[in-house]
Amino acid sequence: MVTRRLFVKSSAMAMLSMGFAPAFLTRTAEAAGKGRRLLIAIFQRGAADGLNIVVPHGDADYYRLRPSIAIPRPNSADLAAIDLDGQFGLHPRLAPLKPFWDNKSLAVVHACGSPDATRSHFDAQDYMESATPGVKSTSDGWLNRYLAVTDLAHNPLRGVALARQMPRSLQGPAPALAIGSVGGFAVRGGAAQSFEAAYVRAADSVLAQSSAEAFDAMRTLQRATANRPATETRVDYPRSPFGQALQEIASIAKADVGLEVAFAESTNWDHHVNEGGSAGQLALRVDDLAQGIAALAADLGDRLADTVILTMSEFGRRAAQNGNGGTDHGHGNAMFLIGGPVRGGRVYGRWPGLAPESLYDGRDLAVTTDFRDVFADVVTGHLGADRAVLARIFPGYTPSKGLGLVG
Amino acid sequence: MNVDRFTRPTRLMAVAAVVLATTVSPTAAPELPNDAASVRHTLSRLTFGARPGDVARVQRIGLERWINDQLTPGVADNADLRARLAAFETLTLDSSQIARDYVIPAREARRAQQRASSANASTNGTTQVDPSSGAPAQGDASPQMPRRPNGAAMGQRLIIEELASSKLLRAVYSDRQLEEVLVDFWFNHFNVFAGKGREPQFITSYERDTIRPHVMGHFRELLGATAQSPAMLFYLDNWLSTSADATRVLAQRAARRPPGAGAPNGPRAAGLNENYGRELLELHTLGVDGGYTQQDVVEVARAFTGWTIDPRTQSFRFAPALHDNGAKVVLGQKIAADGGIRDGERVLDILASHPATAQHIALKLARRFVSDTPPPALVARAAKRFHDTDGDLREVVRTIVTSPEFFAADTTRTKVKTPLEFVASAVRALDANVRNVRPLLRALQELGMPSYLCQPPTGYADTAEAWVSSGALVSRMNLALELASPGGRAIAAPGLRGDLVAVRTQLVADALGETIARDTLATIEKATTTQQMVALVLGSPEFQRR
Repeated sequence: MVTRRLFVKSSAMAMLSMGFAPAFLTRTAEAAGKGRRLLIAIFQRGAADGLNIVVPHGDADYYRLRPSIAIPRPNSADLAAIDLDGQFGLHPRLAPLKPFWDNKSLAVVHACGSPDATRSHFDAQDYMESATPGVKSTSDGWLNRYLAVTDLAHNPLRGVALARQMPRSLQGPAPALAIGSVGGFAVRGGAAQSFEAAYVRAADSVLAQSSAEAFDAMRTLQRATANRPATETRVDYPRSPFGQALQEIASIAKADVGLEVAFAESTNWDHHVNEGGSAGQLALRVDDLAQGIAALAADLGDRLADTVILTMSEFGRRAAQNGNGGTDHGHGNAMFLIGGPVRGGRVYGRWPGLAPESLYDGRDLAVTTDFRDVFADVVTGHLGADRAVLARIFPGYTPSKGLGLVG
Repeated sequence: MNVDRFTRPTRLMAVAAVVLATTVSPTAAPELPNDAASVRHTLSRLTFGARPGDVARVQRIGLERWINDQLTPGVADNADLRARLAAFETLTLDSSQIARDYVIPAREARRAQQRASSANASTNGTTQVDPSSGAPAQGDASPQMPRRPNGAAMGQRLIIEELASSKLLRAVYSDRQLEEVLVDFWFNHFNVFAGKGREPQFITSYERDTIRPHVMGHFRELLGATAQSPAMLFYLDNWLSTSADATRVLAQRAARRPPGAGAPNGPRAAGLNENYGRELLELHTLGVDGGYTQQDVVEVARAFTGWTIDPRTQSFRFAPALHDNGAKVVLGQKIAADGGIRDGERVLDILASHPATAQHIALKLARRFVSDTPPPALVARAAKRFHDTDGDLREVVRTIVTSPEFFAADTTRTKVKTPLEFVASAVRALDANVRNVRPLLRALQELGMPSYLCQPPTGYADTAEAWVSSGALVSRMNLALELASPGGRAIAAPGLRGDLVAVRTQLVADALGETIARDTLATIEKATTTQQMVALVLGSPEFQRR
């Protein structure tokens, strides 16, 4: 009986002898020698309430606008904001991330968001993922454009979404994978060889190319994960879909298969009714987020030195709570950057304040930093892209000279 | 029956000759080929895939008559399909019934659950929730009791699930195959997204009453129907678009609304919303390069102010008080002041008769039926037909699917099947009975094409690059394996237990065609069981195309 390992080895040899070395395997080997920089993008779908996540406890208007759901000032209650810099504090359930602030590998960008005024989840997510606010016709996502303009070899494992469907951010011409799990990305029933035989020399070059990528990626992932000792993962992730997705990302990252951009989703941030404050619905979502990211960071170990974890959400929520103890759709929001390359221990962005005259449309936190400036900082400062390619990744926009978030 | 295999060049010349003849005498019907390869090709484009025996069946009728029948869908009786759809409870309801019985109870239940789940963090929890269902308990004083006590929250999902189920069953079983192909095409052209707020309550009627009756009718009527559909008004926010000086009217309305009234049922703030205006120009009519300006977008949006949704009937209503009655200029044409609802109708007239619209629609239809990059000459002829017939969509489609370009040898299998086409054609190729549609819907979701859940107004892409990716191909192979398994949950197909050679011969003849690659054929012939062979056929490169 031919074992899977033997098959993998012999077919790789066969491909080499035929001059068919999968291009991205050699590229992977090169990449492994260099920085192996990794971006893990986390999309908080539903418009997370940035004002209760990174709390402006130094702004008296915050407490005036949110009489029953505000997070108490630091040290003023059992469950109170965790002070960062005298002005801002973390939601108490973000405690697992405080050590990263303390060692300067966590940064916040506050009052950040889109120049587009839409308060529609679907439009705003679309705009953030395409990174073309106000332009609906953009067909690809910003992460895919990054992969496409820096593409040296077609390695579908450069960009991987742990999601059923390819998220908008990674849609586009560059090869990328959307998979539910590493284990599930396999042809079942031992039929892989038969299918590969039908596809490998197919006159249909489009299908032949994609299937070759699929079978290569499958083999690479299986080999890489099979070689790792089963006892390696000792980190406890939340048992949520989000936690599981992060665990899969860590396993692909550690497998050294050329992963450069990973994507995961955290859902259910839309709290129009009874959002809660230090405890309640939002607190549960914050807990899942914080526990997940902390586990991911621990699991990545040394690799965190080359990794930036970036959180985003389509828009923030209204400065004032509504009549149902919740918050309606707003505008400006907070983003996190966590990882070795982050110049952390700082809250970035100009704080516009929550006084009536400072609010956007008279109701929302104003946006003082365009989210694309944050993306551009990560693309150039972390992933190492040249500023010259920014025009292709962010069409119609000239990002700021750099916020200095990473590097 | 495959004697015509080598007759292509001759047949093509015959078609070309006929086309030349028709330019002289435009009323003469073109004489279409009737060989197996041409019939198989036509079936792959005008239907959701050939079933066993379809090629021979169409040859007996004659391809030309068969196409004509498909263009006149009233003649098919569809008894089998009607029986399969009879069990669905929401397909015949109107939007206000769906809102009352499904959407509103689901929203109330969701809110009750939210209140209850945070009751420990807040003292506001007032509703008792039945822990087994998450729905308000029977003692709840809510005036909107859920119609289905076992989970009102499921109600809203049921609407889309029944729609998606019926869409797939129609694709597989309808005798009016071309009509289903076109309903899919036009819904996608005028896409709306079921994931946006209360959009689900409008979609059943949207497909049934707005799209379907017009797919073989005139474009202007289809366009007008979508413009006044609550589904489109809600999806692209036009229901909230008002003239800039409607502030006073809205303030008076707000004052009349009883305190504590539920969700707002109309615009709260005055102002123009350009969302519909822009997509109407860019996607529905002229096309992105159709030669309009940002100022045209604004003027068009102004023309549609006050086109909104009546909160009582959940249907279209023109609200004169919210309309911008100033003069407008759209694409260089003046629209005089005080036009009221006629402003929007006038804009639709201008757009429907614009040459860029004819070109845009002709291109999209040719892309659906011929190739991702259809020959410009064919697109030009189809656009001319659009223009000459005042946008008669039946005639535009007829022009395309009876053209020499359509039958050209290099058109065979140029299109990659969308996930819907792949799934439906696999079920049809096996002549299977769908036992449980849910695994098939899940497959569509995994392949990235859940029905009614395409978020952007562009609709799902109709070109190969959108549907060919490494992850998607692996999912297609796995679905092929699942469908070929005789014990599978989704379908029952007698062929899966049939004789290997007989089933193989038939699949090659109807589903693949004789021109499949030698490697594929060799792979298929190596299979030692019928199940293996069927999986390899459905997962083969050739079966991913049509």
